[in-house]
Amino acid sequence: MNSQTLAIHGATCQHCVRTIEKALGAVAGVREVHVDLQQQSVTVDGDADRGALRAALEDAGYAAEDDEPDAPPPPPDSPPPPADRDDDQDLSLSVTGAHCASCVRTIEDALHAVPGVRQASMNLANHTARVRGSARPDDLVRAVQSAGYDAAPVRDPARAEEDREEQERQLYRKLVRQTSVALAVGLPIMLWGWFGGTMTVEAGTASQWGWGAVSVVTFLMLAFPGRHFFVGAWKAFRHHNANMDTLIAVGTGAAWGYSTLVVIAPGLLPEMARHVYFEASPMIIGLVNLGLALELRARGKTGAAVKRLLNLGAKTARRLDDDGEHDVPVEDIQVDDRLRVRPGETIAVDGEVLEGDSEVDESMLTGEPWPVAKAEGDTVAAGTLNGSGTLVYRATRVGADTALARIIDLVKKAQGAKPPIGRLADTVAGVFVPTILLIAVATALIWYNVGPQPVAAYMVVASVTVLIIACPCALGLATPMSVMVAVGKAAESGILIRQDAALQTAAELDTVVLDKTGTITEGRPSVTRVIAAEGQDEDTVLRLAASLEAGSEHPLARAILDAAGERGLKTAPVSDFRALNGKGVSARQDGALLRLGNRRWLDEEGVAPGLKEAARRLSEEAATPLFLTRDDTVIGVLGVADRIKADAAEAIARLRDRDIQVVMITGDIQATADAIARQARVDRVLAEVLPEDKAREVEKLQHQGRKVAMVGDGINDAPALAQADVGFAIGTGTDVAIESASITLMSGSLHGVADAMAISRATLRNIKQNLFGAFVYNSLGVPVAAGLLYPFTGWLLSPVIAGAAMSLSSVTVVSNANRLRLFKPRGRKGGRS
Amino acid sequence: MSILVNATGLALMALIVWWFWLSAKGRPAKRASGGAIDIVVEDGVYEPSVIEAEAGETLTLRFDRRDPSPCAEQVIFHKLDVSETLPVGEKTPVTLTPKTPGTYRFTCQMQMYQGTLIVH
Repeated sequence: MNSQTLAIHGATCQHCVRTIEKALGAVAGVREVHVDLQQQSVTVDGDADRGALRAALEDAGYAAEDDEPDAPPPPPDSPPPPADRDDDQDLSLSVTGAHCASCVRTIEDALHAVPGVRQASMNLANHTARVRGSARPDDLVRAVQSAGYDAAPVRDPARAEEDREEQERQLYRKLVRQTSVALAVGLPIMLWGWFGGTMTVEAGTASQWGWGAVSVVTFLMLAFPGRHFFVGAWKAFRHHNANMDTLIAVGTGAAWGYSTLVVIAPGLLPEMARHVYFEASPMIIGLVNLGLALELRARGKTGAAVKRLLNLGAKTARRLDDDGEHDVPVEDIQVDDRLRVRPGETIAVDGEVLEGDSEVDESMLTGEPWPVAKAEGDTVAAGTLNGSGTLVYRATRVGADTALARIIDLVKKAQGAKPPIGRLADTVAGVFVPTILLIAVATALIWYNVGPQPVAAYMVVASVTVLIIACPCALGLATPMSVMVAVGKAAESGILIRQDAALQTAAELDTVVLDKTGTITEGRPSVTRVIAAEGQDEDTVLRLAASLEAGSEHPLARAILDAAGERGLKTAPVSDFRALNGKGVSARQDGALLRLGNRRWLDEEGVAPGLKEAARRLSEEAATPLFLTRDDTVIGVLGVADRIKADAAEAIARLRDRDIQVVMITGDIQATADAIARQARVDRVLAEVLPEDKAREVEKLQHQGRKVAMVGDGINDAPALAQADVGFAIGTGTDVAIESASITLMSGSLHGVADAMAISRATLRNIKQNLFGAFVYNSLGVPVAAGLLYPFTGWLLSPVIAGAAMSLSSVTVVSNANRLRLFKPRGRKGGRS
Repeated sequence: MSILVNATGLALMALIVWWFWLSAKGRPAKRASGGAIDIVVEDGVYEPSVIEAEAGETLTLRFDRRDPSPCAEQVIFHKLDVSETLPVGEKTPVTLTPKTPGTYRFTCQMQMYQGTLIVH
């Protein structure tokens, strides 16, 4: 008995499975049918004829175009792929639905079957298929789809960005062209009216013919530079939607229609109403197109942050293969590849250093200005810049999994965020255009019933002006534009905003709860002080302690070795090394017995007390004293503590300057906690709090009516971060996958909290300005346009002025949002937008 | 004459209310069933603009943006916390798994493009 596999297409549910099983079960020779929805394939056991199976599938409606998912791959000894030709190009497809190694073959085979494909390889790790040849992307996508997966062409994001810019430039030029043509027609007509030319039509005179010609020319303006408004309006109308195009199209259409009616049949209207408004349509079309062009220009800058991130990625990397080093495109790198990065080069993918020493500039990701030392075992991130050394590293995350890719993804997502403040504008924007249409009709009716003569002219002017002046765009853009700029700005400072509301809430905080370990402090022990007994010197004490600990893996050992390294002290070999858990270590050097450990252990060992006073002082500083003895004599004491971060006190002071209560939360005993609190200068200390109770403490503060931020490490503090109004996860370098926090700080610095709050405040202020502007503009503009001032002042707005005002209003919003780009959060001087 | 004009005006207003709000509810919907749905983004409308789906079902909407104007650049699914940037001339897939039945709007940033996702 043999088994064969066929590709199926369109099977998505258990119902389909049953249909397929039934259809194939009926074919002679079939013993068993197994449908795999995931892979869109069906495996048939038995001796059935493949053609019959295919026919049965076709009848059931699930046949794939290519039925051979398990077609044999080209034999290994087949000739190498033909040499590259000039028209060959590299193409990447992002493939979805592939989960296993067998999918890889199916997909590669499907791609190979497409005419023009010379080489196809699928990388399961980053779900990307790379194809070389002259095949068209559409054909490739179709081939993958008919194999039961889905695919989309991917392009180098930086290239895509360039394409986008080119398209925007083209659109800009087109809009400018349309503007010039429309204004070139509209301006002379308008000036004619201004300088006393007659704008009225008398039946049977030359003026009727003259205006007739103008009517045709202005119609061309509606049909060409204004075409997109009418197409958009019509399409939206068919979908029961109304948008900005609707307003412009109805407004300009009405002005032109009325004027043309005056020209064609002046007799229909009373003499006073035989006024034409041919300047309005081209002027409005010109001005609105101009507004769109200016807006496009201004918008280009709002995406600058993402563009900067996109440009960080390296294009190629130097891979160490068995046969030497090769420069390969970054897309070809797989997990576990060994890569070399030379001085001054960009690190291509995330990885772990295998050999070499260097300093890496990670500021582009973390906002941390100082380069970070990298040696064997350290992690490196894609997009960061190698310093003066050479590193060999192993790829650990590639493609869309790298920290850089996830940051870009996060920033792009966050840029579409909707802080609650924008909701009112959203609701209004949703019903805005039909409401304006209603107001326009109502305006016409009011003028008709209570307006002065000539009512027909007033009706048209007032309602057209209402349609044109109303600007849904300013309203719709007010929030998103500011958010987009702010999120990008924050990312530049290493602040990643994940949650919609956080951008707003961060501005309203009045309490910041800081976890102690890893947040205020470094999160690892270090030697804070070395005190030598009389007759000894500090360096000797530290050198002996380091020699003792040289073979130990304990974090304390690392702290002591680091301290010795900083002073340039060399360790000497020891013998008989012993480590006693929770007590200390001992070893022999030059025959003498050395011990390093806590007082209790030394008491047990019967060592005479010494340096008691020094030890007490260390305890007050929240440091743990470690005694060093030689042959039962105390020769020194080392203070080891989890030191507070260098800039923690300064960052906390920044928060307190803003009248924010800063609370430290820790599981440490009160005395130790107080010692750290004194150094960090926080307002309050919550000590001896069990990790699981941190969330409850946050909740208590919230019950007191406070808006609480929790700052912690994202793993142990996850419940507290989630409970807080805004959870800040303090990142360790480039780790961005912190789900529990609404904001991730890429750098370990507490300045990030103050920065995030400053950006949030500036953004909120900016959004408020935009919303205020947009609301005031519309709620003043529309009544004035309708003629509210007319009874009192005789004022009626011209539709042309309305067109100018409307196109300026959205440009103003975008430009105001752009001001946020100049915002500098850090430091006290830059704290304004 | 005056009655005629007023009646026409009022009828027009009623028509606006009916067309843009009342009748908009019964628009034909495109049903998501397994495969991806292509949505053309052009001239100010999503086409199709009403999508129906089952709760818990993963659906892929491929946005084919043909309008280069910046309004069309992003599609935002309100309440679903999903947004995507759409490059011009490409089909950008957006994959969603709405869990709760209800009506979700998807729009561009400025809400000029409007669509509805109805989850049953």
